[in-house]
Formats: sequence, C-alpha cells, structure tokens
Amino acid sequence: MPNSLTIALSKGRILKETLPLFASAGIEPLEDIYTSRKLVFETTQPGVRFLVIRATDVPTYVSYGAADMGVAGKDVLLEHGGSGLYEPLDLQISKCRLMTCAPVGAAPAGRRLRVASKFVNITKRYFAEQGQQVDIIKLYGAMELAPILGLADQIVDIVDTGNTLRANGLEPLNEIAVISSRLVVGEASMKLKHGRIGPLIEQLAKAVNAAQDY
Amino acid sequence: MSRANRWLLPDGVKEVLPPEAARIEGLRRTVVDQYQAWGYDLVMPPLIEYIDSLLIGTGDDLDLATFKVIDQKTGRTMGIRADITPQVARIDAHSLNCQGINRLCYSNTVLHTSAANPLASRSPLQVGAELYGHAGIESDLEVISLMLTTLTSVDIKHPITLDLGHVGIYRGLIDAIELAEDDERDLFNLLQSKAVADIDALVTAMDLSEQSKTMLQQLPRLYGDTQILDQAQQVFGEVSAQVSEAIAYLRDLANAISARFPQVTLYFDLAELRGYEYHTGVVFAALTPAFGQAIAKGGRYDDIGQVFGRARPATGFSADLKILAELSDQPQQQADGIAMPLEANLSADQRQELWHTQTQLRQQGQRLVAQLEQQTKPEQCSQQLVWENQAWVIEAL
Repeated sequence: MPNSLTIALSKGRILKETLPLFASAGIEPLEDIYTSRKLVFETTQPGVRFLVIRATDVPTYVSYGAADMGVAGKDVLLEHGGSGLYEPLDLQISKCRLMTCAPVGAAPAGRRLRVASKFVNITKRYFAEQGQQVDIIKLYGAMELAPILGLADQIVDIVDTGNTLRANGLEPLNEIAVISSRLVVGEASMKLKHGRIGPLIEQLAKAVNAAQDY
Repeated sequence: MSRANRWLLPDGVKEVLPPEAARIEGLRRTVVDQYQAWGYDLVMPPLIEYIDSLLIGTGDDLDLATFKVIDQKTGRTMGIRADITPQVARIDAHSLNCQGINRLCYSNTVLHTSAANPLASRSPLQVGAELYGHAGIESDLEVISLMLTTLTSVDIKHPITLDLGHVGIYRGLIDAIELAEDDERDLFNLLQSKAVADIDALVTAMDLSEQSKTMLQQLPRLYGDTQILDQAQQVFGEVSAQVSEAIAYLRDLANAISARFPQVTLYFDLAELRGYEYHTGVVFAALTPAFGQAIAKGGRYDDIGQVFGRARPATGFSADLKILAELSDQPQQQADGIAMPLEANLSADQRQELWHTQTQLRQQGQRLVAQLEQQTKPEQCSQQLVWENQAWVIEAL
C-alpha cells in the first residue's frame, strides 16, 4: 500500500514523550493508547497506524519492513547495530546515559573482569575499544543485583537519576554513550515512500525544536 | 545432533521443491535467453577459487561473507564464491583478454556466511549481466535497461522504484575539501544511517571552512525525487568538476531511463553507499513495495580487473532469482502428463509400437509417465494412451 504508513512506537516512558511530538505533526491515536489492550492503533490521519511494542523489537520490525518507521532509544539501536535502518532525527526525549557501574569503592578485581548487562554487543565493543578483555554475562533485568551477589564485578546499564544505583550501593564509573530516542526509518520504506516520510520528518523536526525552545 | 533432527538444514539454507523448482528453472531460462538476446554470453565461473582472486579490490563485507577452506594440495586458502561479479571481472581481464566490448552473463548459486539482509537467504541464486570495455552513459543505460527488463520478463507486476546514486559525488567532495582519513571513516559510517544529528555534531567539531561544513551537513539530506539533483547542484556546484560532472551524469541518465521506462519511479540518494563494495561511478537498485529490500542492484566498477593485469571500465547488475520468483506473478503449474499402460499386460507388438509412440511424443515435448504397477488413477496425469486400431492414441483420463 503506497500511501499507508506503519509507525512502531516503544512502550513505556518513551511512549509518553513520543505521542506529543506526533500530535504536533497532526498524528494522534483514535483511542486511548495507554488503557487499550490493543497493539495496533488507527490514527487521525488515514492510512497511518501506530504499533505499540517492546523497545527492543522496534529495530527488528523496521529493518524487516514490517513497519515503515519507528521510535527507539539510541541504546537499543547501538545494541541492534542499525543495519537496514536510517535514523534521520534525534527526538531529544527520554535522555539518559549508558554507563559502566560498580559497587562503591570496589577494589580492582585482579583477574579478568566479569560484566553483567542486557547490552551484550555494546559492552563487548566498549571494553574492546578500551583494550580490555572481559567476560560478559547476559541478564534481562535488575542488573544492580549482579555485583551485590558476586555474579559480576561491573554492570553496563542506563543511568537516569542514579537513584537505583545508590540504593543498591553502586556508583557510575564511565560514560559509554549519551542516549536519547531516535526516529528510525526502514531503508526500503524511505526509498519507496519518501513523498510521505520526508515531510513527516520535517514536521517532527519542527516539533522537536519547538519543544527544546519551550 | 540427535537422530530426531538429522533432516535439519543450516539456517538460511533453502531447498526448492516441485513445483516451485520447475518455476524457478523456467524463469532462469527466460532470463538467460533475455541476456543472450541482448548480446550477453553465458559464463560459468567455478564454485570455489583462491581467496586472493576472489576478494580483489573489495571491502571487508565480502571477505566476511565468504566461506573459506584450505586447499590440501597447495596450503592456500580457497573461498566459496559469495559474489560472482569479481569472478566475471577476472574472466574478462585474464581468461578472455579481448580488446573490445565484452558482454557476459551468469546464473549460479552463491553462498554467504551470514545473510546479506534480514530478508535474504544464505544461498541466493545470483543472476546478472556485466559489460566491460566501455565507460560512459550508453553502457550504464544498457545495463539498467536490461535490469528493468529482467524484472518485467519474470512477470513482476508490482510498481518498481529505481534508486540511483553516484559514488563520485561523495568521493569528489571528500577529495575537494581534503578530509582527514579518520574523519572520513566516521562520516561515512554516519552517512550510511543518515544520522543527521550525529553528522552535524561530528562536522561542527572538524577543522574545516564554514562552506565545507555546510556541504557535509547537507549531504545526508540529499535524497528524494529529481529535484534533489537541482538542490545538489546548488550546494556542490562550485566545489569540484568531478562532483558537478557526477550530478550532470545522473541527470542525463535519469532522463534517458524515464524516456524508456515511464512507469518506473526514480529516487535519488547522493550520500548512501551501503552495500556497494567495489563501485566507482553510478550505482542503482530496484525496489518494490512487495519486498522490504532491493530486489536487483548494480553499478559501475571500473578498473577492478587491474590486479589481473588489465584495468577495464565495467558496469553490471545482479539479482537473487529465488527472490524474483517469490515476487513473480507467473502462475505455478502443476505437472501434467500422459499415462502409459502397464507393459506386463501387453503383447510384443504393442510394446514395440508403444516404444515408437512414446519416443515420438516426447520429442514433441509431451510428458509421458510409465506405469510400473497397476493404478486406477495415475498421479499427475490427465490423459492416457489406449490401444485402438493397431495404434496407441491419446485419450482423456
């Protein structure tokens, strides 16, 4: 369908900050996206649909061409690798930092470091760039627990306020990347639907600038 | 591996069953006949060759995509081809060694260590055509026309978009503003994902004139319809002759293609060079809304044969025929034939006559299926041979 547009949105905190930007570009869901149990939402613009899915699935949907474009955190994009995707716009929302963290005042391990993270690829790449060989432990959540129980020496995780870290006796060490949410567009969709996607990117860019000035 | 999954094939490796296999073979013949009709000679490069001849002038991507084995006789590393174009370039530069224009085509399986994109398999059936010995718009127009004709001849009815770019625009710009090698690599990687925000940040930090910075920042924004060429001419018009010539070249080529294929939508992207390994000039890809990736692509790759002793202008394209078959509107045909009688029940005369009749009919292109045991309704047959007036005649089943 040449005129339809499917936009994959990341669930959770990013969603709350994403919807106002699309609203200023004239695209709003026709029903309450927060209370509905549906996964696909029609919008105020005919042919434009929102998908609401897990953040880590957004690059997959877009790179396979199942969705034309999407919104995903830079952390998710770095982990995914970004092949088959364009990221033409920084939405300047859900800003945080991706950092290495360790227990406060922890002594050097004296052996090969064990690092726990859900960002396995980013972690491997970061420590390799530092010239350090580490063992990586893949976890799916509650990273802070790993150093407490001696499962890992360090963790690589998203740091926003740092409250969860402090509450668990950890401190941030080094910054790996500054994170914000990005607009991503599938390679084929960009080429086939640029007449529709191009203007939308411009409208969103204006909305982002307006939000920054405000 | 347990006994239970002995049948399991490697990830991304497909087998093709009837009737799909017959359909793909039919399309392959159509395509190769098409290339013959345009003056392209078929070549069959080897499945495996030494890695140093397979990976000439190509990037890391092709190296990673190539399966490697050691030749026990020489101790040298051999590669199973992941792309046929470099092999055909070797054939042109070394094996054929003719002076004039050389048109070659091929249709063979290649193997990839990992799939080229999420929708691809690891064992594509690569079909393509390459033209050597001519630098200029006429040969680029010829191979693009042949690529688009290929899509029509395999009955792809979906609307086609042709994505056009030119390596010379990016290269010319980088040379003209004398960008440092490290900066260039970072910029190139960001350009591939059109990460406009990151490019702005990177370029702002570079030690360049304001004018150069503006040009680099405009680069990822130059994609869209024909207007983009005007815009590019405005932005890069002064920077170097190479860039201006590349833009003009694209414009001339686009006009010529539009005249031949008015139904094809043109799209231009002047910064993205992802997936073009050894290209030096115009690059192109065909897309359709029915598939999430390019379905055929190619470009100009002059001088690739230099390592074999002959630098020659070259241009060509290739496609995965299995993907084209998926998108083709050509109906799948169930095999249908003529059932022969069980020979055990026949007299010597009848058998002898049956042999003559079946040989004749097969020569006429009929499909005759021998019955090896008594069946009430032979499979895949809508007709049968019956004995009437001392002769075998065809009758509906």
